[in-house]
Parts: sequence; structure tokens; C-alpha cells
Amino acid sequence: MIGKFTLSAIAALGLAAPAIAAGGAGHVEDFEFSFEGPFGTYDQMQLQRGLKIYTEVCSACHGLQYVPLRTIGDEGGPHLPEEQVRAYAQFWEVFDEELDDFRSAKPQDHFPGSGDENAPDLSLMAKARAGFHGPYGSGLSQFFRGMGGPEYIASLLAGYTGKEKEEAGSIFYENTAFSGGWISMAPPLEDGLVEFDDESPNDVRAMSQDVAAFLMWAAEPKLNSRKEDGFVAVLFLIILSVLLYLSNKRLWSPVKRRGTDGA
Amino acid sequence: MAGIPHDSYEPSTRAESWLHRRLPVLSLVYDTLMIPTPKNLNWMWIWGIVLSFCLGLQIVTGIVLAMHYTPHVDLAFASIEHIMRNVNAGHMIRYAHMNGAALFFIAVYAHIFRGLYYGSYKEPREVTWIIGILIFVLMMGTAFMGYVLPWGQMSFWGATVITGLFGAIPFIGEPIQTWLLGGPAVENATLNRFFSLHYLLPFIIAGLVVVHIWAFHTTGNSNPTGVEVRRGSREEARKDTVSFWPYYIVKDLFALAVILAVFFAVLGFMPNYLGHPDNYIEANPLVTPAHIVPEWYFLPFYAILRAFTGEVWVVQLASFLTGGIIDAKFFGVIAMFGSIVVMALAPWLDTSSVRSGRYRPMLKWWFWLLVIDFFVLMWLGAQPAEEPYATFALIASAYWFFYFLIILPLLGVIEKPLPRPDTIEKDFDDHYPPDGGASTKSVAAE
Repeated sequence: MIGKFTLSAIAALGLAAPAIAAGGAGHVEDFEFSFEGPFGTYDQMQLQRGLKIYTEVCSACHGLQYVPLRTIGDEGGPHLPEEQVRAYAQFWEVFDEELDDFRSAKPQDHFPGSGDENAPDLSLMAKARAGFHGPYGSGLSQFFRGMGGPEYIASLLAGYTGKEKEEAGSIFYENTAFSGGWISMAPPLEDGLVEFDDESPNDVRAMSQDVAAFLMWAAEPKLNSRKEDGFVAVLFLIILSVLLYLSNKRLWSPVKRRGTDGA
Repeated sequence: MAGIPHDSYEPSTRAESWLHRRLPVLSLVYDTLMIPTPKNLNWMWIWGIVLSFCLGLQIVTGIVLAMHYTPHVDLAFASIEHIMRNVNAGHMIRYAHMNGAALFFIAVYAHIFRGLYYGSYKEPREVTWIIGILIFVLMMGTAFMGYVLPWGQMSFWGATVITGLFGAIPFIGEPIQTWLLGGPAVENATLNRFFSLHYLLPFIIAGLVVVHIWAFHTTGNSNPTGVEVRRGSREEARKDTVSFWPYYIVKDLFALAVILAVFFAVLGFMPNYLGHPDNYIEANPLVTPAHIVPEWYFLPFYAILRAFTGEVWVVQLASFLTGGIIDAKFFGVIAMFGSIVVMALAPWLDTSSVRSGRYRPMLKWWFWLLVIDFFVLMWLGAQPAEEPYATFALIASAYWFFYFLIILPLLGVIEKPLPRPDTIEKDFDDHYPPDGGASTKSVAAE
């Protein structure tokens, strides 16, 4: 009975694989990001480039309603100098309930929300999407490659094939990363669209990664310090474990009649 | 006390005597910490301390989170982001609370399967077992309501699906569901009462934990041999036991430190691994997620819930016999709750006179199949409700009931147990020879 069960389990796994592959999920490329792995941290210059792309391109439709403007001055983020943060904040208009009117933003305000109803807020997008699943829907690949949110965003932005179609009065654009293959967002980036002061590459692929990294920071601004804290905690607990292991061994050795030398 | 004979507390200073005459609280602490504990406990007996730690961690982090959280449908999601971004160490506290729930369930499942293998549930520890199952059920309720609080997509839709189960109860289901939700659907009233109960239940759990500990401190711990501690005299008992402090506290703390090292690695490096990305999207009653998946620790029971569809003959039979009162949906609900009830009834379903699985050659195989079954169900719970998963879920769910309702009663009759050691001391001495291993050394020298 057990043998039959095992056999049919293997058969089922074999059947399941193509079913998932054909499930319509888009192709997500495993881009390299500086913040991957236990020791990876944000690349400050990349976040600044991403901020520029977000400001000049994405923000036309999308918002970052949960992100306070002041945090672009934070260490572990784009880390802009204070006067630049203030100048950047003024660029935005926010609604002030006390004034009952719009005014230019201050660093303590948040980024504005989405201006376009159909454009989702991007504050948490990098954590609200998973790039990697499997094998067999187990999610194990996320253990090795990360959740894949930023990879998904970069793949989506760089995944336009150039084809479009019209359906029920709306235009859809073919995209290799988008589930279902057709997305209503027009290709937002084109080569050379945003210029960087340090003349960093500004082709679509490079910019897709820069803005994906920035959105990862927007979703998880405390990543750098979190990893540091985790590292310190793990180190401390390993030392504590060793001490407790030795204490335990010594404590039990008379009971186990192993001699007090701990042999 | 009817427990194992041991030295009782004697006040040693005048201040202690003064207090002892008025309130014997030090005596209670002494007896609790110095309880004679079988000296052959293995590493599967560490989960109790891990679970106590988890309860403490969840209560402490939860109280801090509640200071910054707002239980309102328009503000809840934003208040979580406020905690993640603006509250000092808020992101670490929240991640600790999120992953603390996961560690809590890892520990409780290990603890339960330990009990199932070593027969810890058997006479005279049935009350300990039943209270343990009650704690487990309350934990599931608390975790479920806690998961609703961030008011993400999975929070909302999970709440909708799970409270919908109560709607499947014939006749009284819908009023019960409305009563639970505080309205016709999951909305602000639901969020408010879930917040209130999520804060209350952990303290009821804490109370039950005290009773759980009280119960097994009365019967004494079980142990890997299942042989009871000798209670004829203090000297006899001393040969089978060591005091809980310091021997097991230090051992358990070592285990806890190792587990916490892993826990903090998850916290620091991959805190969202066990969560669902959709819960970083604010709840939207108008958009249903493609797959509604509960948290991983509910998946085995969720798989059982979904396994019994209208095409299964057992369900059709139940429906026919009850004149349609038990439909497929209600049958699934009964199966899910039944899967926990059969576990609670294990002390009476298990007919074997031998306690520990170590001396039960047939039970071993069925037990490990049950463990595999549990993980298979966990995997199936996350898969879409379609073939071939549906068939597998049915087989795996059936095995869960087969184990408790058929295997446990049957094995007591047909199984021939292996010889057991007479005493715990004998078992311990087999592992750690009294002559300090000299005999084995001399054998090796020859």
C-alpha cells in the first residue's frame, strides 16, 4: 500500500510540473541586486538614481503614500543631504487639512498618493509581489533567491516586447513578466529617458533595475539596519549557545558519570 | 501531594519564615522549579520551554504593537506601515511578532508529535493532553484573528473564508456567522472585535498553560521509555530523576538559544519568507486574490477542510442519511474540527498498554507515516483546489482519521511490544554506564 502511495505521489508530482509552468505566470529574470543575501545592503547611488526615475517618470501616475519624504535623507536609504531633502520636498504639492488647501510639501509630509485611479500605490509593491515560486508551489526557491519582488518589478519594466493590441476600447501591451502576458500600462521607460549627473548607464534595463531597487527601499526602508541587528543577534546567540552547551555538559557529567574533566 | 516524593521547601531565613506563614509562595516556586524530572528525557522534551518563551514573546511584542496600532478599516493598514517606518525598532518588533507566531506553531507541532510518539497522552496524563489541545485550539484562534489585524488582502479574504465556515452549519449557521462578524460581512465591527479578542485570548492561554503545567507536575513528566518514576521512597525516586533546576533548565536554555539563533537569522535576513505577499496590499472587498491561502501553520487543516467535496461517496452517504442537512461544505467543516477532536481523544482511542512508541514496532511505521501525511497535507493546503491535488488531499485526509480511529485502537490488540526496561535508572545506565564507560573502553582495548 505504501509502495502504491509513493508511486502515485511521484506520478502526481510529474503531472503537477507542467501544470504550473503553463499557469500563465510571467517570466521573472533573477536580476542581481546589491541588497541580496544576508550581508547585502542598498547601493546609495542606485537608490538616488531610482528616486530620480521615480520622480521624473513613475510619479506621473503612481504614488508612494506610506513613504515620508524626510526618509530620503535617512542613512541606509538614498541619504540625500538635509537641504536637498527640503528642496526635493518642495517639489511636491500636498493637501493640508488645516489650510483646507494645497501647499508645497515639507520633509515631514508623505509622498503624494497615486494621481491615477488605475495606477496602484507603489509604497509596498516590492513586498507585495513574489518573483519566484516552486518547485511545485512549495516556495523553496524563495529561500535561495529571495522573494523576488524587485526582480519582478525590473523584469516587468524591461519585459515589453513592443507589441500592442486593442480590446474593449483599451490598449494592452505585451509583457513577458506580466501574468497573462498583456498589461494596460504603456511602456514607461525608453533608452536615455532620464539623464544622470554621473553619466551612469540609462538604457531601459539599467533604469528598470535602479527603480526596482528604489522601490524595494521604499517598501523596506530599514533593511540595512535590520540585517545588522540580525547579524549581531545571531552572533550573540551563537556565543550564548556555546556557553550554555559547555555549562550543560559540565552540569550533567557527574550524573552521566563521565568524570568532572568533561571527557 | 500525590506526586513523586521529594524534598520540600524549608524556609531558611527569618524573612522567609515570616512570608511562608502568611503566603507560601516561595514554597510554590521551589516545588515548581525543583520538581523531580526523569533523568532520561531526550531533546524532544525541550519544546515546553520554547513554547513558554513564545507565549512571553508574543505577549510582550504584542502589547507594544497595540500601543501603535489602530483597529479601524481605514487606518489599520496605514498604522502597520507607521509601525514599520516611524516607531523606534517598530519593524523589528513587528517582524518578531509575525515570525514569533511561526516559531510558536513549529514548537507546538513538535510538542504534539512528541506526545503522540511517546504516548504522553496516556493514563494518567489525559487531562494534561486535553488542556494542551485546548491551548492549541485557542492558539489557532488567536493567530487567525491576529492575521486579520494588518488588514491586508489575505487578512480580509482569509477572514471571509474562515468565518464563512460557521455559515455552513445547518439552520443556525448564518445567525452565528453574523454574530461573529458583527454584521453581514467582514467589516469594521469584525476588525474591532478581532482586535479585542486577539488581546484577550493570549491571557486565557497563559492561564491554561499554568493548568497544563500543574497537571503534569501532579502526574510527573512522561519520558522516552514511558516507564513511570518509582515512588516507593525518596531514595528510589532519586535514582530515576534529577531536579528540574538546574539540570533541565540549563539544558532547555541551551536548546532555546540554538533555536533563537535560527529565529533571529530569519528575522534579520528573511522576515517575510513565511508571509504571503498579498498581505502587503490593503484589503479590498471588491478584488478577490487569485488564490486565498492561509498561513502555513493552518495549511494541513485547511487541506482537510477542502478535501471532502460533493463527489466523495462518504459525503454523499452522509448527505443521503441526513436528508441533505450535511452537505459537502458542512462535511468539510466537521472533518476539519474532527481532525483535532480525534487527536484530543487519542488517550481513549489508543488501546495499547505500552506507552512509548520506542517499544511499539508497528506503531513506529504508522506514526512516521502520520508525520509525512501532515507535511503532505501542508503542501496540499497551499495548492489550488483542482486535480491531482484534490485526490491527494482526500487520501491524505483519510489517513489522518485512519490513524486515530483505526490504527490506534487496532494496534493495541495485534501488536507485540518489545521488552521495556524495568526502571528509568536502567534505561539511563544503558546509555551512560555506571562505571564511567570503563567496560566499553576495555572491550575496545582487547
